[in-house]
Amino acid sequence: MVIQSEVKTTEQDLLRVVGLSKIYDGTVKAVEDVAFSVQKGEVFALLGGSGCGKSTLLRMLAGFETPTQGNIFLAGKDITSLPPYQRPINMMFQSYALFPHLTVWDNIAFGLRRDGMAKADIANRVESMLSLVQLNQFARRKPHQLSGGQQQRVALARSLAKRPQLLLLDEPLGALDKKLREKTQFELINIVQEVGVTCVLVTHDQEEAMTMASRIAVMGGGRFLQVGRPREIYEVPNSVQVADFVGNVNLFQGEVTAADATCITVRSAECMHAVTHSAAVRVGMRVSLALRPEKITLTQVLPLADDNWCVGEVVELAYFGAYTTYHVKLDSGMVLKVQAMNGTQTNVIAVGHRVYASWHTLAVVVLTQ
Amino acid sequence: MNNAFAKSWMIAVYAFLYLPIITLVVYSFNASPLVTVWSHASVKWYVALMADDDLISAVKLSLEIAFLSALMSVFFGTFTAFALNRYRRFSGRTLLSSMASAPLVMPDVIVGLSLLLMLVSVQHWLGFPDRGLFTILLGHALLGAAYANVVITSRLREMDGRLDEAAMDLGCKPFQVFRLVTLPLLVPALVSAFLLTFTLSFDDVVLSSFLSGPGYSTLPMVIFSRARLGLNPSINAAATVIISVVTIGVIALSLYQARAARQRKREMALVYSESNQNT
Amino acid sequence: MSGLAQMVDEVRARLGGRRWLIGVPYLWYVLLVLIPLLIIIKISFSEMLITEVASMLTWRQGWPSLHLNFDSYVFLATDTLYFDTYLSSIKYALATTLICLLIGYPFAYFMVRSPAHVQHTLVMLVMLPFWTSFLLRIYAWKIMLADDGVINALLIHLGIIDGAIQIMNTPTSLMIGMVYSYLPFMILPLYANLSKLDMRYLEAAADLGASPWKTFWLVTVPLSKAGIIAGAMLVFIPAVGEYVIPELLGGSDTLMIGRVLWDEFFSNNDWSMASAVAVVMILLILLPMAILNKYQTEAAR
Repeated sequence: MVIQSEVKTTEQDLLRVVGLSKIYDGTVKAVEDVAFSVQKGEVFALLGGSGCGKSTLLRMLAGFETPTQGNIFLAGKDITSLPPYQRPINMMFQSYALFPHLTVWDNIAFGLRRDGMAKADIANRVESMLSLVQLNQFARRKPHQLSGGQQQRVALARSLAKRPQLLLLDEPLGALDKKLREKTQFELINIVQEVGVTCVLVTHDQEEAMTMASRIAVMGGGRFLQVGRPREIYEVPNSVQVADFVGNVNLFQGEVTAADATCITVRSAECMHAVTHSAAVRVGMRVSLALRPEKITLTQVLPLADDNWCVGEVVELAYFGAYTTYHVKLDSGMVLKVQAMNGTQTNVIAVGHRVYASWHTLAVVVLTQ
Repeated sequence: MNNAFAKSWMIAVYAFLYLPIITLVVYSFNASPLVTVWSHASVKWYVALMADDDLISAVKLSLEIAFLSALMSVFFGTFTAFALNRYRRFSGRTLLSSMASAPLVMPDVIVGLSLLLMLVSVQHWLGFPDRGLFTILLGHALLGAAYANVVITSRLREMDGRLDEAAMDLGCKPFQVFRLVTLPLLVPALVSAFLLTFTLSFDDVVLSSFLSGPGYSTLPMVIFSRARLGLNPSINAAATVIISVVTIGVIALSLYQARAARQRKREMALVYSESNQNT
Repeated sequence: MSGLAQMVDEVRARLGGRRWLIGVPYLWYVLLVLIPLLIIIKISFSEMLITEVASMLTWRQGWPSLHLNFDSYVFLATDTLYFDTYLSSIKYALATTLICLLIGYPFAYFMVRSPAHVQHTLVMLVMLPFWTSFLLRIYAWKIMLADDGVINALLIHLGIIDGAIQIMNTPTSLMIGMVYSYLPFMILPLYANLSKLDMRYLEAAADLGASPWKTFWLVTVPLSKAGIIAGAMLVFIPAVGEYVIPELLGGSDTLMIGRVLWDEFFSNNDWSMASAVAVVMILLILLPMAILNKYQTEAAR
């Protein structure tokens, strides 16, 4: 794949991972030949479904798993074989792993005591951590005497207390309910930015990855499928798998009928597509076209353009308040997902209507794999 | 199935479990030397107990053995539980786990006989140990370690493995992880294991009979030898004392545990209402 | 370079911890379980001299010569007393297991269906006799079952019998004592198993039209199979080798193999015979032990 060759070493790289693999029992490839680097101050997200290898990768960074192959460099130093307790890396665990027998204060001080820090310094550091997460009045409580959101903040404070060079976040919002999640998401990222710590974040939730991370690696089958900024991942997915995993997508299968420097024409069973695209495609090639639901306009009047529209019948309609989702059954049998914001104008489209779905030439992404 | 049937079934079973114990206690206050023939209430058998030197020295020996063997049981039980739970794969793991559960399921007579014959062989070669306190201790500790292993294993299994990792992540070396995180969380299980193995040792008659030597009679051995000969009012009185102590101890412990659990629940409810106010 | 040195230290430290953690319990059990078992096997094949076991290994003209003696086993096989005793031990143990299951299963089931706040107390009440002396509880039955004991008095009072009947020192008194002692071993695993049973299965069965009785037989019982097997083995295995209960409640006529072993050892001083009896007993309970082990490892997963 092309991604690995893109890894470039700069002075600012804090974390550099080279050719990392983890193979269980000689056959099960949990992580396969992964390479990437993370710059200082970046929040890097590993996004993928369960079993994609993201957790194994994170555990190798923390030192709980020994890589079968490859190396991990932190600030230029090879830490691949360093045990977890000697790495300047701390982790905020999934469902927090707060020590149930220790108070909030002692939980936060736990790592500092291991470093043999002076008592007064520990006290200062713990107090400042407590202020950072606004839990000063809860210092003497035990973890079970805290709400889920408070526990999450203690876990964050504990993992930041040692001022790690790298902070690992394992599904940091996974244990919270939906409403608390949104609020906490911003709180968490504000604190991380305030401290300026470099983060590697593991999540299966694409919204979480997009709002929190500056770069995202989409993982599948133990490999990196695509690495890029949130907008790139969403707008320009490099494969059907990524397009499908990140957000909703309509996929057309077609054949390239014409291609010039900036524009290609693709014929699919549904319609003709004129696509602005610069990637190398040849006439006659089979390609997939990815089209996000919110980029489609539904009208009841025939569009003027020759390409990029098709006609169908609304078979389902779901009202979500801010927007409405339509399922339009095209004549080819394909069901097109369309999402439209609910503006001030009254929407007249209803189930059973025959509608025209159209989109801009820039809206479609051509995928060759 | 209706409720009345369920209730009467349960009452019948509890009656079956408790009636003999209650009878034993009641008849301990019977003045007649014929245990089953009630004459009038009296505490004379309790008074006689104080002068029963055989019984008193047996109690002392039993307490000593129970205390020491419970310590040994918890020690070796903890080791076994850790070895079997921390290391999922090592050569001979199956053998270790079978050996660890063997004393639990094997009839006492076999455990006693095999241990004794081993100790006799050792004595034949090395000239020690003589049969007595030490050999009984070894037998009880073997049985107790097997039980302690079960108690500690079940606690280790429900403990979140991430806590160990969190400790390591924050800079603990493996032994520090054990001392600062695992051990404190294990304390309740260690206490239960100690109490259980203490009771087992204090109650054992078969292993002790095989492993004891002249001059070393534990309380159950004395009671057993008297009970074999028939009913004996001194046993009733001794039994009542033992049963009272154990019952009070067990009830106190369970009340304490129930109170701790309630306290915890209350605190959690408080947090819940607090967090609802905040949002 | 220091990285490498640290790595070496680390590996050494880890291996060291592991060696101790596995080595200590291994040594303990090899010494106190494995070697003793091997020794009784060895002694069962040895000749019994007046006060000691004859040596198996003798040196003849510089060559070791192994002397296996099958006398004990031959005697075990030819004297019908042993065969009858093994058979009757198994019969008593099976009967105990069955009765414990018949009493214990409904009991555990009712416990689980009891209100949540009393369940802790109900479990405690089953455990409590288990914590109090087993020996004394068996002794208590001697009082209960004596000719002029509580049970006889009660039966006469109720007019069920005219005069005292003998219960003590019969198979009945033995069975009462066995069931009484082993009932908690049946109830507790069953309770643990049934309390984990997801009530939604029962609701689903009812929702799909099964009557409560059908639901019980088609859903509850199959799902509690592991608990039934664990309980049955926990009762059966120690019951086969029981010594104290038949000694105190069984009288002189009830045949139990634990007593035979005890007598061979303590009265006849025949260590070889006692060992042979033990070895055959182990072979008898090996299968139920393997079943128990299998279900326990499955339950652990």
